[in-house]
Amino acid sequence: MIRVVLPAHLRTLAHVDGQVELDLDGQATQRSVLDALEARYPMLRGTIRDQVTHQRRAFVRFFACAEDLSHESPDAPLPDAVATGAEPLLIVGAMAGG
Amino acid sequence: MSEVRVLVGTRKGAFVLTSDGTRERWDVSGPHFGGWEIYHLKGSPADPSRLYASQSTSWFGQLLQRSDDGGTTWKPVGNQFQYDGVPGTHLWYDGTPRPWEFKRVWHLEPSLTDPDTVYAGVEDAALFRSVDGGQEWQELPGLRGHESSPSWQPGAGGMCLHTIVQDPSEPGRIFVAISAAGVFRSDDAGKTWRPVNRGLRSEGIPDPDAEVGHCVHRIAMHRSRPGVLFMQKHWDVMRSDDAGESWHEVSGNLPTDFGFTIDVHAHEPDTVYVVPIKSDSEHYPPDGKLRVYRSRTGGNEWEALTNGLPQSDCYVNVLRDAMAVDSLDSCGVYFGTTGGQVYGSADAGDSWTPIVRDLPAVLSVEVQTLP
Repeated sequence: MIRVVLPAHLRTLAHVDGQVELDLDGQATQRSVLDALEARYPMLRGTIRDQVTHQRRAFVRFFACAEDLSHESPDAPLPDAVATGAEPLLIVGAMAGG
Repeated sequence: MSEVRVLVGTRKGAFVLTSDGTRERWDVSGPHFGGWEIYHLKGSPADPSRLYASQSTSWFGQLLQRSDDGGTTWKPVGNQFQYDGVPGTHLWYDGTPRPWEFKRVWHLEPSLTDPDTVYAGVEDAALFRSVDGGQEWQELPGLRGHESSPSWQPGAGGMCLHTIVQDPSEPGRIFVAISAAGVFRSDDAGKTWRPVNRGLRSEGIPDPDAEVGHCVHRIAMHRSRPGVLFMQKHWDVMRSDDAGESWHEVSGNLPTDFGFTIDVHAHEPDTVYVVPIKSDSEHYPPDGKLRVYRSRTGGNEWEALTNGLPQSDCYVNVLRDAMAVDSLDSCGVYFGTTGGQVYGSADAGDSWTPIVRDLPAVLSVEVQTLP
C-alpha cells in the first residue's frame, strides 16, 4: 500500500480528505503511482503531469523521505519506505507566490 | 418575474450573482473553485442551466468545469487540448520562432443552438470545439493552419484567442480575435479562415496596415445586425459594416481610444459601450475617473457615464471579457474591475451601483437573463 499526500487544491478537486492510499500490482515508481492515482481520480489527469507526454508539470514536485525525487526517472523505484507505506509520497505545489 | 444571473470569473475563483428583474438586491454565491484562476465562464443560450467554466493555475494546469443546474453544482469534464498534427512555430516577443504550446483556455463560447457544443479559445492561439458537453476537445486546425500563423506574435497578455463571435443569421460564420494577430472569419463552420483586418492601423508593427499582426482586444456584435461589428483595438475603437471586410475608426471624442472591452446594448444596435483606459503602459482610467462611455450613434459621438462610478483616485482596469449586458427592458449593463468591484446599471448605463466591491481581480463577466 502506497500513501500519497496531495496538495490542498488537488484534494479539493478529487474530493478527498487526508492521504490517498493506493494498492499497486507491480513495482512502486512515480509512473505506477501516478497511473494508479489518475485511474482512481480521473479529474486529476493533466494536473500533475502532461496527459500526453507524462512530463511533470513545472510547478509540481515529488518529495519523500526528506528527499526531492522530482528529477528521478519516472520508472525508478521509489524508496523502500514509500513502497511499503512507511513514508508517504508528497506531491507538492511549488512555493512560487500567487 | 425574470431573473438575472451574472457569472464572474476572477483571479481566485468564480462567483455567481443573482437578482430578480428589478436588479436591486443581489445574492452572491462563491467562491467556486477558490484559489484557481477562472478566466471565463458562460452559459449556453440554448439551455441556461448549462454553464461552462475555464479553471486554471500555473501549478496544476487547465481544467474545464460544467454545471447542469445553473452554477449550483459543477463537475470536471475533459481538459485535454492537443494541437492537431505537428504544432509548428509562431514568433516570440523577440521575433524568433517558438513552438506552439498550450497554456490555458481564455474564452468559452457555447453554441447558439446546441448546449453540448462549445468552442474554446486558447493560448497559444487556437480554436477548439467540443460536441459532447466538454468531454472531448478537437482543434479546428484550419485557423492555425492559415499561412500567416508562423508570423503571429503574442500581445502583452500572451498569444491568446480571446474572442469568439457566432453569427446568428449564418450558422457557418464565426469570427475570432487573436492578440496580436487580428480578426479571422470562417464562413464554413470553422473549416477555413481568412483574416479580416482591412482598415486597421497599428503603429507598433513594422507595416501599420498589415493584413495580420494587429492587437485586437475585443469585438462585439448585435444579434439583429450581425454584419455590423464593433472593435476595441489596442488603440482605436473601430467599426465594420460589412462583416469585417473593412473597418473604419469611430473613436470620435473619447478621452483615450485605448481600452479592452466593448459591448452593444441588447435592444439598440447602435448603442455601444466602452471603458477608456489611459494607455497601454498605464492600465487605469484617465484622471483617476472610472467612466463608461456610451455612443447612441454607432460610434464617433460618445458620452461619459459617471453616475455611481468613482470619479477620483480610481486606478483599476476593466479587462476585455469583463463587460456584458442583460436583455431586460431597460437593458442592464455590467462590468468588473481588477480591483474586485462588479458594477451594474439597470438603466442602460445612466446610473451605476456596485453589486460587490471586494472580489479578487475580475477577469470576466457574463450575464444570463432568465425567464
